[in-house]
Amino acid sequence: MAEIIKRNKALAVSPLKVSQPVGASLAFLGVNRAIPMMHGSQGCTAFGKVFFVRHFREPIPLQTTAMDQTSTVLGADDSVIEGLRTIAEKNHPALIGLPTTGLSETQGADIYRLAKQFHSACPEYADIPVVPVVTPDYSGCLESGYALAVKSMIDVLVQESASVGKRHKQVNVLAGSLLTPGDIEHIKELVEAFGLRPVVLPDIADSLDGHLTAAESSPLTTGGTPVAEIVTMGESVATLVIGRSLDPAADLLKARTRVPDYRFDTLMGLTAVDAFVHALNLISGQPVPEKLERQRAQLQDAMVDTHFMLGFARVAIAGDPDLLYGCARLVTDMGCEVSAAVAPSRAPVLDDVPATQVKLGDLEDLELAAREHGVDLVISNSHAAETAQHLGVPLLRAGFPQYDLIGGYQKLWVGYRGTRQTLFDLANILVSNGHHEISAYRSIYHAGEASHATPAPGHTH
Amino acid sequence: MQAKDIAELLNEPACAHNTKSKSGCAKPKPGATAGGCSFDGAQIALLPIADVAHIVHGPIACAGSSWDNRGTRSSGPTLYKIGMTTDLTEQDVIMGRSEKRLFHSIKQAIDSHHPAAVFVYNTCVPALVGDDVDAVCKDAAQRYGVPVVPVDCAGFYGTKNLGNRIAGDSMFKYVIGTRDPDPVPPEAQRPGIAVHDVNLIGEYNIAGEFWHVLPLFDELGLRILCTLSGDARFHQVQAMHRAETSMVVCAKALLNVARKLESTHGVPFFEGSFYGVTDTSHAFREFARLIGDASLTERVEAMIAREEARVDAALEPWRQRLKGKRVLLYTGGVKSWSIVSALQDLGMDVVATGTNKSTEEDKARIRELMGEKTRMITDGSPKALIGIVKEYQADILIAGGRNMYTALKARIPFLDINQEREFGYAGYTGMSELARQLALTIESPVWASVRKPAPWATDSAPGIPMTATGS
Repeated sequence: MAEIIKRNKALAVSPLKVSQPVGASLAFLGVNRAIPMMHGSQGCTAFGKVFFVRHFREPIPLQTTAMDQTSTVLGADDSVIEGLRTIAEKNHPALIGLPTTGLSETQGADIYRLAKQFHSACPEYADIPVVPVVTPDYSGCLESGYALAVKSMIDVLVQESASVGKRHKQVNVLAGSLLTPGDIEHIKELVEAFGLRPVVLPDIADSLDGHLTAAESSPLTTGGTPVAEIVTMGESVATLVIGRSLDPAADLLKARTRVPDYRFDTLMGLTAVDAFVHALNLISGQPVPEKLERQRAQLQDAMVDTHFMLGFARVAIAGDPDLLYGCARLVTDMGCEVSAAVAPSRAPVLDDVPATQVKLGDLEDLELAAREHGVDLVISNSHAAETAQHLGVPLLRAGFPQYDLIGGYQKLWVGYRGTRQTLFDLANILVSNGHHEISAYRSIYHAGEASHATPAPGHTH
Repeated sequence: MQAKDIAELLNEPACAHNTKSKSGCAKPKPGATAGGCSFDGAQIALLPIADVAHIVHGPIACAGSSWDNRGTRSSGPTLYKIGMTTDLTEQDVIMGRSEKRLFHSIKQAIDSHHPAAVFVYNTCVPALVGDDVDAVCKDAAQRYGVPVVPVDCAGFYGTKNLGNRIAGDSMFKYVIGTRDPDPVPPEAQRPGIAVHDVNLIGEYNIAGEFWHVLPLFDELGLRILCTLSGDARFHQVQAMHRAETSMVVCAKALLNVARKLESTHGVPFFEGSFYGVTDTSHAFREFARLIGDASLTERVEAMIAREEARVDAALEPWRQRLKGKRVLLYTGGVKSWSIVSALQDLGMDVVATGTNKSTEEDKARIRELMGEKTRMITDGSPKALIGIVKEYQADILIAGGRNMYTALKARIPFLDINQEREFGYAGYTGMSELARQLALTIESPVWASVRKPAPWATDSAPGIPMTATGS
């Protein structure tokens, strides 16, 4: 059990944390024909939008209640109603997400009341669900905001029911923020390989996977989980929950519907994927397909091949709790040591991170801890490029944001296939960094003999 | 090369195999032979000479599949890493143009890379069609004023071991003795330390591992005139005959060079190894003994006391982890015993060792180190090796890279000990790296993971049931 070291300095330097409203928005972006509208000043949204555009290289539908000086002081309730009405009028979305921000929470907005108030004021839009979620940026991080939004969607859309298994091939997948669109795509393939039909909430693989559409522009998401499917989640045979941050959301779904669930902290690494595949095998009653057995054997082979490079490697990881946990578990399963672990905020899963300590902090903390305990490799987001450079070690980019790696948003990390590729990536960057090279030594008796050899320029060093 | 020349090379008086009725190395058996050919052996032996252009004369198979796959390192020129071959075509062979192509190839290598010398490795096809490589080399050397050395090592002449000898023979015939060493540079002279010149023969600086040891030579006032051939330069090979003593490192392969240096130039030699604390110390003591300088002996003893204490402390944590672990060693020749001593220094238990390429003398050393009952393995087939790992409940297989995937496929921890490896294990400092690499693979959590059956599988576990899993 890792010791959690709390923040002990005033200034955050090279922040690791991404705000809760941004995380909540991401979850809403995984619903089809949806749009999140942050309740805050327009900057809250603008920064979030740029953040996502740089990461996903996609246009991002994101709106704002645009709180100004007057509404901030005198009350912004009208701005929320007006904003919702405007969006409903213009685009008639399938869902509007309504995350709050530090500004609106400090002001004291009651976002749940406002969501209800909109529907009574505008009954013509009763068919447009509005999902409010309290996500001030002064607590939590991207992961917790995302999880809160998922929970709110279940709260708003999934009714109390007792119809477990009415759709006997349908399986719910609650997909945590540690998963990329590439990951979710693969998870769907895995579920389908057992003859099951996944309903993924939220499904950013269908909206943010980077695909050209016939429509040249859209004010709403062009993919994601259909709202009509979310409401049927109570009729599924099982729920698969990926990422411990979604535990409260999963608890709510289970309480409402009694659909049995299977929870997974990570889908990286042989043991983790085995557990997932086994669950599918039990749920479906279908044998594990030959193809998956083969992928499993390929991963095992990659594990023995790469353990030479990964064994004893000291890895510094900074990321949101679920991702930190997953990466740390993966590398320690390979014989690495997690010499530095930093998460932006507290979460229960941090207790189980396989490291001596987990620091709640920033990339400066990561750098200091890595310097103190030694490091061969950093795993973190693109901001850590500088950190890795200071430390003189390579960086494997993971998490948000990845603005300097084309396709980073889409990388497959999970499953046997994703794990295998990650092991290759880790081994390659460790080898190309040449951390075990012995430095050349020239004898004192031969030090000045370069003149004897006259190789062409470019062949000496 | 004529049959009598090959027979001459096979007859190595300093080799213990010669005491047997059939002289020299055993003939390869069609359908059941592993290991390289003479070309392979010759190239391995000489390629580390860093400032030489190494031209492989033959069609592409010889150089194409062998260039740039050795772990040897240079502290200076990197010319040796550039693959060069005449890449003979069908037309060259049919029309007898290969000699001409070779001549032009030598010119091209000299023009574009200005090498200290050119080595030409003859291979099967030109040997069979009868290219006069010696004459081409002689002619090219005269024309371009750069030494061009023929190494007549066609694969069908015999084994890799023979190739090593051919390489040594070429060095002796064409290179050694063609130049005197430079005087010791005045800035390298230290008061009270008389500089003694020595050779190392059969040390290849794999992964730069000799750089762990070389500073100690400097400290003691031992100038290495030449290492044949790790991190060597052509001019150093030329001056080998002026050494006071030679050490044959870890290989019978170039024994002929040492023997001829002794018989022709009066340079005595001893055989030793830099693997393990015991052997490294022994090697330095042998230098002191053969050179017979009391002050050197004193410095050697002081250095050994210091280094052994240092490495002993550094190895202590590793010993705790490695103590009692069971090792199956399958390597060639001298390594079969030199590594044993290194492993025993770490408190490990060597349960069996390969003796396929070992001489009677090597085997005697093994018995001395491991006891009379030691299992000596001659069958190196994957099946046999895995069988022995199981039988002896070995925790790790240590062998050449060729066997790596045999072990890994059978889910057995493995350490690569041959030329292609990426880590240096030589000397006192190298022991820590060796210990680290051993612990890294033995303790790796992957073994437990990959031996465990899938949760949905109810029948037998994959791979080999192992009791001593190490982790």
